[in-house]
Amino acid sequence: MIPYAHLLQLAMPEVIVVIVAIVALSADLLVLRNSLLRTRLLAAVSLATIGCIAAIFFITHSTGSVNLFDGMFVANPLIHIVQIALLVLTVFVLLLAVDSAFTENVGEFVLLILLATVGMMFLVASQNLLTSFISLELLSLPLYILTGFDKRDARSSEASLKYFLFGGMSAAFLLFGFSLLYGFANSTNFVEIAAAIHGPSLNPLVILAIVMTVIGLGFKVAAVPFHFWAPDVYETAPAPIAAFIASGSKVASFFVFFQIFSIAFAGSAGSAAWMHLVHGWVPVVAGVATLSMLLGNMVAIVQTSLRRLLAYSAIAHAGYMLIAVVAHTPDALAALLYYVITYSLGTIGAFGIIGVVEQATGSDKIADLQGLSKRSPTLSASLFVFVLSLAGLPPLAGFFGKFYLFVAALAATPGSSGLLWLVAFAIAMSAVSLFYYLRILKRVYGDSSPDAGPIQTSPLTLAMVVVLAALVVLFGCAPNLLLQPILNAIHALAA
Amino acid sequence: MLAWTIYISFLGALLQLLLPKGNATLARILALLTALAGLAIAATAFATQRTGELITVANYAWIPSLGINFHLAADGISLCLIFLTGIVAVTGVLFSWNIDRRTNEFFAFYLLLIGCVYGVFLSYDLFLLFVFYEIVIIPKYFLITGWGSTRKDYGAMKLALYSFIGSAMVLVGLIAAYVVAGGKSMALNDLANYAFSPHFQMWEFPLVFVGFAILAGLWPFHTWAPTGHVAAPTAASMLLAGVVMKLGAYGCLRVAMTLFPHGLDPWGFSLLGLSSWRDVFALLAVIGIVYGALVAMVQKDFKFVIGYSSVSHMGFILLGLMTLNQIGISGAVIQMFSHGILAGLLFATVGRMVYDRTHTRELARLGPMNLNKALPFAAATFVVAGMAGMGLPGFSGFVAELMIVLGAWRAFPIFAVFVGVGIVIGVVYVWRAMQKAFFAEPGDVPTEEPLPPITIPERLGAIILISTSVAIGLYPQMLLKIITPALNSPLFDGVRKGGWQ
Repeated sequence: MIPYAHLLQLAMPEVIVVIVAIVALSADLLVLRNSLLRTRLLAAVSLATIGCIAAIFFITHSTGSVNLFDGMFVANPLIHIVQIALLVLTVFVLLLAVDSAFTENVGEFVLLILLATVGMMFLVASQNLLTSFISLELLSLPLYILTGFDKRDARSSEASLKYFLFGGMSAAFLLFGFSLLYGFANSTNFVEIAAAIHGPSLNPLVILAIVMTVIGLGFKVAAVPFHFWAPDVYETAPAPIAAFIASGSKVASFFVFFQIFSIAFAGSAGSAAWMHLVHGWVPVVAGVATLSMLLGNMVAIVQTSLRRLLAYSAIAHAGYMLIAVVAHTPDALAALLYYVITYSLGTIGAFGIIGVVEQATGSDKIADLQGLSKRSPTLSASLFVFVLSLAGLPPLAGFFGKFYLFVAALAATPGSSGLLWLVAFAIAMSAVSLFYYLRILKRVYGDSSPDAGPIQTSPLTLAMVVVLAALVVLFGCAPNLLLQPILNAIHALAA
Repeated sequence: MLAWTIYISFLGALLQLLLPKGNATLARILALLTALAGLAIAATAFATQRTGELITVANYAWIPSLGINFHLAADGISLCLIFLTGIVAVTGVLFSWNIDRRTNEFFAFYLLLIGCVYGVFLSYDLFLLFVFYEIVIIPKYFLITGWGSTRKDYGAMKLALYSFIGSAMVLVGLIAAYVVAGGKSMALNDLANYAFSPHFQMWEFPLVFVGFAILAGLWPFHTWAPTGHVAAPTAASMLLAGVVMKLGAYGCLRVAMTLFPHGLDPWGFSLLGLSSWRDVFALLAVIGIVYGALVAMVQKDFKFVIGYSSVSHMGFILLGLMTLNQIGISGAVIQMFSHGILAGLLFATVGRMVYDRTHTRELARLGPMNLNKALPFAAATFVVAGMAGMGLPGFSGFVAELMIVLGAWRAFPIFAVFVGVGIVIGVVYVWRAMQKAFFAEPGDVPTEEPLPPITIPERLGAIILISTSVAIGLYPQMLLKIITPALNSPLFDGVRKGGWQ
């Protein structure tokens, strides 16, 4: 029996975030009702940022590993690192929201973002089917609402409804899969489930559970063929919210994807090695990854809207990241975390720039980026960094992420060529992606029309975008800064 | 010290972006100073190198958990090519003196390109080499789309995509080799010493070789080169054809052949008369030589003639590499140097001296302009460059092609005959272009203003390039005395133990 006070202390970071969310909401509703929108945003975001930083502080000062209630609440250095990353990404999203004007409901906005963050923090701390599902819902429901937060935009509401319907459906699939697992293993704890699924042949129940879980989690990470919500949501959600959906929730979802399959389904992995296919979840995920890379890159070529292009590129990147799940080794987990964290930083920066450009030009078409380098050199240089990082060009973080990912995937099956086909396909698709990324930059650095004036960006947004670009360059040139802590945490787990 | 060639170029590129926007002169002077600094360092290292030693310039742990180090070193081959880069960089700046639109951005991309090229030639860690090799794609793309001419968007994208696909193939090969060797180290020496299984080498070698050779203009993957070089502005063409294509050839030699020498062994069976990857690539190289020359012979656009001649000359380099004997490979390295200089000179003449003044590159329209009277310096330069390009003794091209033909005769006598045919066709296309552009019948051109004279920076650039070619042509030992010990170094043990003749 664990005293409640001790439990509160262990969950102090999450508690802080919840308290701050309520405080921000109250402050906005009770005190600041009649202030300017910008003041309210500043106040709410400052409170939220302080809360997140306090939570980070608490996480860094908590020691030791904990595993409570059959894996419902787990704490160890690796989970701490992921939670810190999530909180940092949330802080960036909130700071970039200060200059936006998409809603009057500031308090609710901050509350929903922070509640989603709490959901993410609990999600990565869970090794139990029940808490995983509940946290996933706690993460997803605010996101559905947030997508439609701009009440003046009909397309935003349409995307929100699509997201909600898709999400609800995949949650149903996920729950069904989880219930089958429970029925099979008589436990909701990952490790105990793994113990129950063993033996050479796959039980039909387990096969069903694998497929259902892939559907449920595949929706969350926008993998093909569960990706249909992504283009609409990315295109019409307000920029800070699209940034949040594209960053933090990806980190948490991929982490839990990896954890569920590598821990709970450990016995039924199978293999996707070339010519040596073995039934299990690995070939299924490999198939999903291949389709995602193929469709994401091919359809991105014909996009005219920058946001929709980013959505399809997100689908393609989900494909790359799923290769790490296919490999399911500790090195692959490190590669996945490095990749998804640096990808999220770049995406937040890109959406920050999109927000500024949309406010200035009123359009998100790639053609309207023409001559951006003359109108705002700093924003263009940052967009240059983000886009090339997405394309996987050195010396940026995206390149090292891909490199390390492919190394980990090839090293997963030592001695055989195993996943070489998947890696080669990923590299080929990466080459395809260079086409549409360069097209964006060609517009940005092309000649501008003479009557286009300079784009004014607020100092805070500009500073945030530059910081994010600097981080992408830093983590690309000195990957150890991010990689070493992750590797240390993973090795501490194994020890 | 040599690492400063890289750092100074990057620093120069950064400073260019901080310069005030309208001031072209400041940008040009900064670019020239940066390029001269790089050349000075390269020349000093070239002159003071004692034969046979490998100069380790820097070796810092970068990502220890993966065994990746920031390892820069230079042997004789690297020094030759670094010296080439320095010369072409300086002359490129001189020939770009007339760029007046967004000059600082032009030179920023230019210096970034130069810095990365220095980086590739100096890298002794394969990850670092790949990083520099990939970064090069970006300035290439922007130089062409920003300041190019004919079909620049198409040319730039084609060039970027072909280069990226080539590097993608190299990346697959490198990662596979790294993982198979235990994932401990990416150092060139370590991977070269690792005994990969012959079966592994048999498919790795063509993968990595073709990956690099795409950038070197191997037939039939060469089609990006004429389009891209014609679309590029003059200085970019000089760099692209002169130096960047040599990155591919350098990669073939430094990476593909040293890491996977058994990939060149006979397969055991014979297909259409070919019995090893060596035969295949030698055949493709010879086809490139002859095909490039034949196509250059029928071009209507002056710059396309030079573009296809680059493909033809690069074929010489690849053939030289496949001969697997001392004279052939040394000849290939000298051809890398020589063609770098001569391609620069030819593109400079056609692009800067002629096109920027006449605003046309069509041979039919250039003829009546009586350019040998209007631009005598340009005509003289083209005659000299053309003669050098076709292999006239006294210039570097002769030495290089002679050595390659000798090497080819020892290795593949039949191919050597076709190389001879290629050389003859080379004479034809150079003379045809020269005659049509400069020495045709003066027609009735409506009276226009006389063409502006050749400026001092152009004369300076041309003289530098011609004198370099003559110097090497008359005293090739200058290069050979550092190339030969490099080829005899332990790094090339695997290559020498193979089918060395």
